Amino acid sequence: MKRRDFFKTTGATGLFILFRNYLEAAPQLVPTRPAGYPKDFNAYLRIGGDGRVGCFVGKVEMGQGNMTSLAMLAAEELDVPLERVDMLMGDTDLCPWDGGTGGSLSIWQFGPVLCGAAAEARAVLLQMAGEHLQVPVDQLEVKAGVVSVKGAQAKQVTYGQLVQGKRIERHIAEVKLKPVSAYMLVGTPAPRKDAQEMVLGAVRFTADQRMPGTLHACIVRPPAHGATLKSVDTSAAERMPGVRVLRDGNLVAVLHASPDQARKALGLVKATFEGPPPALDDVTIRRHLASKLASGKVSVQEGDLKAAEARAATPVEAEYFNAYVAHAALEPHAALAEWKDGRMTVWAGVQAPFPVKAQVAEALKLPAKQVRIITPHIGGAFGGKAAGPQAVEAARLALKAGAPVQVVWDRREEFFLDTFRPAAVVKIRSGLDPAGRIAFWDHAVSGTSDREAEIGYEIPAKRVSSTGDGGDLGTTVSGLHPFPTGAWRAPGANTNVFARESHMDLLAARAHVDPLAFRLRHLTDKRVIRVLEAAAERFGWVAGATPSGRGVGVACGAWRGTLVAAMAEVAVDKKTGQVRVKRVVLAQDMGVVINPDGARQQMEGAITMGIGYALSEGIRFKDGRILDENFDTYQIPRFSWIPVIDTVLVPNPDLQAQGCGEPPIVCMGAVIANAIHDAVGVRVFELPMTPERVLEAIKKG
Amino acid sequence: MEQTILFTLNGKAMHLTADPQRMLVWVLRDDLGHTGTKVGCGAGLCGACTVLVDDEPTLSCSTPLADVVGRSVVTIEGLAKDGILHPVQQAFQEHNAFQCGYCTPGMILRACALLKKKPRATRAEILEHMEGNLCRCGAHVRIVAAIEAAGKSMGGAL
Repeated sequence: MKRRDFFKTTGATGLFILFRNYLEAAPQLVPTRPAGYPKDFNAYLRIGGDGRVGCFVGKVEMGQGNMTSLAMLAAEELDVPLERVDMLMGDTDLCPWDGGTGGSLSIWQFGPVLCGAAAEARAVLLQMAGEHLQVPVDQLEVKAGVVSVKGAQAKQVTYGQLVQGKRIERHIAEVKLKPVSAYMLVGTPAPRKDAQEMVLGAVRFTADQRMPGTLHACIVRPPAHGATLKSVDTSAAERMPGVRVLRDGNLVAVLHASPDQARKALGLVKATFEGPPPALDDVTIRRHLASKLASGKVSVQEGDLKAAEARAATPVEAEYFNAYVAHAALEPHAALAEWKDGRMTVWAGVQAPFPVKAQVAEALKLPAKQVRIITPHIGGAFGGKAAGPQAVEAARLALKAGAPVQVVWDRREEFFLDTFRPAAVVKIRSGLDPAGRIAFWDHAVSGTSDREAEIGYEIPAKRVSSTGDGGDLGTTVSGLHPFPTGAWRAPGANTNVFARESHMDLLAARAHVDPLAFRLRHLTDKRVIRVLEAAAERFGWVAGATPSGRGVGVACGAWRGTLVAAMAEVAVDKKTGQVRVKRVVLAQDMGVVINPDGARQQMEGAITMGIGYALSEGIRFKDGRILDENFDTYQIPRFSWIPVIDTVLVPNPDLQAQGCGEPPIVCMGAVIANAIHDAVGVRVFELPMTPERVLEAIKKG
Repeated sequence: MEQTILFTLNGKAMHLTADPQRMLVWVLRDDLGHTGTKVGCGAGLCGACTVLVDDEPTLSCSTPLADVVGRSVVTIEGLAKDGILHPVQQAFQEHNAFQCGYCTPGMILRACALLKKKPRATRAEILEHMEGNLCRCGAHVRIVAAIEAAGKSMGGAL
């Protein structure tokens, strides 16, 4: 491969695309990526005199384990032991540019960039070793960072000796990437690099960062969305010893050297607000969103929908709904800002340090080069830390305070300021032909995008439309939602897959066909078929029409190039409506698996988190107030909820590594809804499927 | 009003002048620099701030300093001895029983309290004991497996 191809720029879009031999078989799965990644491998890798490899990436570690899997990729291509790679992540001064961590893109999109850099570095090192040892490069081999002459092991030189910690000024146009078949490290379970620090409690999250003289700021917040500050009386707070009050426009904060004292002082601030609250609440939102269905933009239109409907037997129409869901990461939003020598440095738990750097620079009216964002470990994000409002708050206050300022939101602020996963309504109208095949499919979604509305079932006539604007690709305030919404683990997909896969079961039941067989009947994509079959085998799926009373369900989905099939077994208490998920099998084809143990962790986590949005999580709100303010009323999955989990990695070494963090969550709403239907013969069309809703469905029959 | 407070922290005598009504977590984190103890909900609802007080798992965000006077407090920083991990820490590490790691100190300390009393705790007892500690990443299955393994290594094997 030629180096210029490696970072080939497609002129029309300005995106560059990586070509890799094994990708050519599946060109549709080659991700495009922004052109901002530096081409010089020195931006990513620095080899010390001791042979340790510093790996610099703009991605951040927020629990998904990319610190380990990216290190594996670098170690693999360079032929150095994993333990010898030191990761430095998310520091805008030290790391190469990156657009942000999310969308399951760390490996899928950025992995090939890092591999390319490491492969070129290795090739350069080999060339240098050849000159040093005075043998042609093709007579050399590398093991654990030691270059030696084949058949004459004594003649050797280490990477460290070759480079001696200096920047490598040499480049090679021809870069050969390691074929998957030669991988030694990738594909073997590796423990997390940060495991020991984690169990020692030594990992320092943003709120754990300390700077002498730091003031902790608590910010005056409105009680409701739509309310703006009218007047504020801070005199009582200011009488508290050690308290300072700062005001920068509408940003009013009380500061103290101790975070708890700052919080106490905030309680003494008397503020009044004005402005009409949004009229919508958690009940009326459904009709509001449904009323916009017809205005959606059509994204898929195939076949003659009307003609197909005319040929079909009775149409099957259903409306699905999901509530707003909180990110609810355990670590609250936090930032520590220091203004020193004309530069603003902000430690902040944000998913996108480089965009946040621009955000902070803009807010402070500073040139971007005067801002540095450093991202410590993040205590969970799931899309909720995509933007960095807390970084901007801390920076604005630090500039005024003349001292470092730390902002850590409390749980109430977390719920109030969250960019929720949008509530959405999906309406599907469909029908079977006389042979029991799906004749047509009309999928309209309001409140979020159309992502994953389609999985490629073979249907002669179909249409997909959506209003979009759920903040899938970033936080948004739109006319659709009464407060900001944003990306939440697999944006759009959880909504659309819930509706689509629930509806597939409706039709399967109508056709009196086993729901797995019904799906397979409409599928030709070998990868989907394979994950469904793998799940069925592990689950011990016994074919039968639903409802069978056994409480089993199936669903499948695709996200970020990864194919997922889920099967679940539930028990439903008919008296209370309480659902217990007993077992979940999840099979996934994600192409090359970098760290199988890391992949399984993501799958286990996604299953667990998915049970939350399926069964209990839905934000209650009224008059602009977010009524759920903590984990007492907003229930996330607990130990007693966790089913027996079985994860299956379906091998597919011919395909580049695809996404992993998000795909395993997309089926969870539908697979549980389908299993509930199989258990009790009624279907719940609304997420979360609370005991009240299940009971209501049972009563209605 | 500030007063003199005496307690033991990770085996060391502490002698502070502080307001006894302040919550323990802030004193640990800000006055004493023990940031391994986390704040998740601030209201005793998530378990991230769990520490041991006389071997009992205690929510330090809701425990006034006054409540630990004369008692022994153990935080995550005090668990490993002479560079050797506590069996529960060891098991969490071996099982990769964490993702983001924010809930991990609280999880480990709560598990320690159970296994000290009952190394042979059943799975049902483990679930019940851990129920109040939240993990958003969904590391639960591995946490349970790690606690079971730690129990065995602490003498709970049958």
